[in-house]
Amino acid sequence: MDRTPLVAMRDISLAFGGVHAVDRVSVDLYPGEVMALVGHNGAGKSTLVKILSGAYRRDSGTIAIRGEEASIANPRDARKYGIETTYQSLALADNVDAAANLFLGRELRTRWGTLDDIAMEAEARKVIGRLNPNFQRFKDPVKALSGGERQSVAIARAILFDARILIMDEPTAALGPQEAAQVGELIRKLKSDGLGIFLISHDIHDVFDLADRICVMKNGRVVGTARVAHVTKDEVLGMIILGKCPTAAAPGLGAVED
Amino acid sequence: MLARFIKSTELDIRLLGMAGALALIWIVFHVLSGGLFLTPRNLWNLSVQSAPVAIMAAGMVFVIVTRNIDLSIGSMLGFIGMIMGTIQTDVLPKVLGFEHPATWALTLAAGLGLGLGLGAFQGFVIAYLGIPSFIVTLGGLLVWRGAAWWVTSGQTVAPLDDTFRLLGGGPEGSIGATWSWVLGFVACATIVVVLAHGRGQRKKFHFPLRPMPAEFVVGGMACAAVLAAVAVVNAYPWPVGIVRRYAEANHIAVPDGGLFIAHGIAIPVLIAIGTGVVMSFLATRTRFGRYAYAIGGNPEAAELAGVDTRWVILKCFMLMGLLAAIAGAVSIARLNAATNSEGTLAELLVIAAAVIGGTSLSGGVGTVAGAMLGAVLMQSLQSGMVLLGVDTPLQNIVVGAVLVAAVGLDTVYRRRSAI
Repeated sequence: MDRTPLVAMRDISLAFGGVHAVDRVSVDLYPGEVMALVGHNGAGKSTLVKILSGAYRRDSGTIAIRGEEASIANPRDARKYGIETTYQSLALADNVDAAANLFLGRELRTRWGTLDDIAMEAEARKVIGRLNPNFQRFKDPVKALSGGERQSVAIARAILFDARILIMDEPTAALGPQEAAQVGELIRKLKSDGLGIFLISHDIHDVFDLADRICVMKNGRVVGTARVAHVTKDEVLGMIILGKCPTAAAPGLGAVED
Repeated sequence: MLARFIKSTELDIRLLGMAGALALIWIVFHVLSGGLFLTPRNLWNLSVQSAPVAIMAAGMVFVIVTRNIDLSIGSMLGFIGMIMGTIQTDVLPKVLGFEHPATWALTLAAGLGLGLGLGAFQGFVIAYLGIPSFIVTLGGLLVWRGAAWWVTSGQTVAPLDDTFRLLGGGPEGSIGATWSWVLGFVACATIVVVLAHGRGQRKKFHFPLRPMPAEFVVGGMACAAVLAAVAVVNAYPWPVGIVRRYAEANHIAVPDGGLFIAHGIAIPVLIAIGTGVVMSFLATRTRFGRYAYAIGGNPEAAELAGVDTRWVILKCFMLMGLLAAIAGAVSIARLNAATNSEGTLAELLVIAAAVIGGTSLSGGVGTVAGAMLGAVLMQSLQSGMVLLGVDTPLQNIVVGAVLVAAVGLDTVYRRRSAI
């Protein structure tokens, strides 16, 4: 895997007041890879990805996309680089149907400038059908869908516009086990399509299931980065709780000296 | 069986329920009044009386759907009405002379422009300065009502321009039997074309189709409703005195049984129907409408999706102002006078109509058709009670109770169906 990384974030820092929410963090993401970001609440993982998705502006550090320096000042910039985010809160308009959500802000229109609902529904059926063949309820408002179906819509929305880099903030939180498995299936599918995925999760089992590499953060710093296959769950828990970096992992600034 | 068939028509069940409730109210009033309610004359009057509230309710849907409220429209209607009254009786006659053919158009244009401007001003303060719409429009309620008084220091402006008065209905302000039938058949043809086009589109994309019987029932019921309405308004003749004067003026011999000249559809009703069609189109077929609903459903999601939420909200209030101006023109034309108290409490009737029509005050839910049907329902209650000779205070008590009960029923229904 010594190709150019899809995303290379170097020495990213962001402070809110005197608090270093993110402190000199470096992390890479390769195509077709799932990189898990784990850590306690307030460890800085959400802040880090919000910098990448343009919701926050970093104080210092560089971001390179496919080896080229990228300037990301707002969510629209991020979208230009093919970065899409699915939020923990799902960020769907509950009262309209799946197709309307998929195309929100980027509607297809007929030659008279009116909404082309039929074409949007057709496209929605294609994209969502690829992700989740069981999805049938295209006419119902999103509110009426199950958690897994809603997650399908949120992810479809992200990939519809050719995302190459996907940020998933707690995609399985608030889902039942079956639905979580469905989302896991989705993530594998996207990976095989060559997308790079940042996965933020509290669920260590999910992480070991889905991720290729894992980056543990604590107090705004990276404790260590490791291939999932090279570390045990206990070692990862040690990293999260104690900041102890095992030998199989590359230590970061946040690693505690023995 | 029946439930399955209704589902296959993909009709809005809540709207059907409302139509059912309306029919029930009509029948009850008809029986209680000893057969006075369901007469061409009463129904024609009902249609004209409903028009101003129905026009504004169509705009209120947009305002409420985006999680806002507009309490100022009654006062705005009064203020714009006074301005339009003064322009056509005081300003334009001095420039153009009395009863100039352009008076009505210039007056109306000025009124609509003023409505847009007032709406835009309130919308700007709400959307861009971030002051809650409840407060801004509560201020507007006081400000515009006061302004209406200032226009003529409280004097009533009357009589109005003859052509302008046609906007308010009456025998002259109706389009007659022939044109009513023409419009009715055009409407039926449009319904058929729209249904056929929709089916063609779905076929093209291989979507599941509505069963053919359902298509026929929907189209047939819609056309029957249109033609029945036309038949009713065409069955209401001009009053004898007006017919006599008309016959004398045009040198027509009045036969023995009297001359039957039908009213046909009243112009204010046409305006209301046109408003409803345009607003429904905006709500369902344009980006603006889609964004308004998305903002109501989840403002944060709309913002993250790149929707310019503030601009959309500003436009909603502009539309509301415009519709208040149209309703103002209809109201003063019908009264043949502009008074500074015109439209008092109209905002509450309009909000009630929208809410009875299924618009949710928590935003994101509501249809233009429902709100306009709500306006007709409110007006039916009121004029029905007038027919029965119910005292005004009791009328208010009944309308208030019905409003709360209707919304209560709706809440239960929504909770059950989880939609």
